[in-house]
Amino acid sequence: MLHMIEHVFVEQSLVAAFAVVGALMLVSNGASRWLTAGRVHGSAIAIVLGLGLAYVAGLYTGGQKGIADLPVFAGIGLMGGAMLRDFAIVATAFEVDVVEARRAGLLGVLALALGTVIPFIVGALTAVAFGYTDAVSITTIGAGAVTYIVGPVTGAALGADSAVMALSIATGVTKAVMVMVGTPLVAKLIGLDNPRSAMAFGGLMGTVSGVAGGLAATDPKLVPYGALTATFHTGIGCLVGPSLFYLTVRAIVG
Amino acid sequence: MTIFGVALLALCTLIGVFLGDLLGVALGVKANVGGVGLAMILLIAARSWLLARGKLGGGIKLGVEFWSTMYIPIVVAMAAQQNVVAAVRGGPIVLIAATVSLLLCFACVALLGRFGRREPGEAAQVRHGGDVIGGDPAPAQPRPAEKV
Repeated sequence: MLHMIEHVFVEQSLVAAFAVVGALMLVSNGASRWLTAGRVHGSAIAIVLGLGLAYVAGLYTGGQKGIADLPVFAGIGLMGGAMLRDFAIVATAFEVDVVEARRAGLLGVLALALGTVIPFIVGALTAVAFGYTDAVSITTIGAGAVTYIVGPVTGAALGADSAVMALSIATGVTKAVMVMVGTPLVAKLIGLDNPRSAMAFGGLMGTVSGVAGGLAATDPKLVPYGALTATFHTGIGCLVGPSLFYLTVRAIVG
Repeated sequence: MTIFGVALLALCTLIGVFLGDLLGVALGVKANVGGVGLAMILLIAARSWLLARGKLGGGIKLGVEFWSTMYIPIVVAMAAQQNVVAAVRGGPIVLIAATVSLLLCFACVALLGRFGRREPGEAAQVRHGGDVIGGDPAPAQPRPAEKV
């Protein structure tokens, strides 16, 4: 019996994922209404629950893809994978107020520049503080603080040590997770309540998954504006990481 | 027809990602540069074009908007497959680098968001977008005429 149910889940992986995520959303919306009196968004609770499940599943399987490493939940991997995620992000552009987005264009560019430079400097300084002295390792760890894709791309280009690469990826993943959980908590404090600041937020935070999760948990209407700038972040990081940033670091540490 | 909306969305995504790849090659980067962002801009342009010609039918809208209403569930599925164990086990260097850069960036959002900020008067479209992406679209609302 149990085996047959498992078989259905494996065979109908994507359909099963829709049912599982639907159930998760239902539980989260209920928790939002009854436990927090609607003060915490149902989607914020669902995202935190998802991260929690990913942690438990990761401990259990020893894999890197959270709950998607369990064969019965493999469909979650497809549903939340880069392909459908990007597809849904593009779809949100249909709701963009063009005038509003254009007005904040320059702000978005400025945010992108700051959002690449600041995390890199922080990451690089942290690496130095923990005793790394070679330019390759410092640059790789700094790049990881930009996003978890920029880190390994930079590291691979520079031929960094695999332990340093792992550290760099972990920094980026930690940042993404913190953005998802932290954004709804600080949203009011940093004035994240209009399309303008959402565009600045997207450019500064970078990590598409972090921004996608953080804004969904804060206020759905901000999603397309943040996503619009955030999607340029990884590309820019991969551009300057192994080139400009590496040369600068090498010039400083010799 | 609904499939036209889904196909339009797919076409914009494919072209955008392709352009992002091209841009990456042109810049000598091993990554896609802004493909999704370019796809979003294409979709916005396509919508204005259809709207101006009076061809933005209910079917097309349904096809695209269905996927924006699926955005949050997809993000939840994405959260459920993050490598959270690696994040938790990262140790002090990871924690410090991530936390400090995050705090500084949050501060910058507060700073930048203040530039040229105008008081509310929130556009109806922004609110409607929130309803759709929040997975709870209000029944067909007339949209204010747009100038693009």
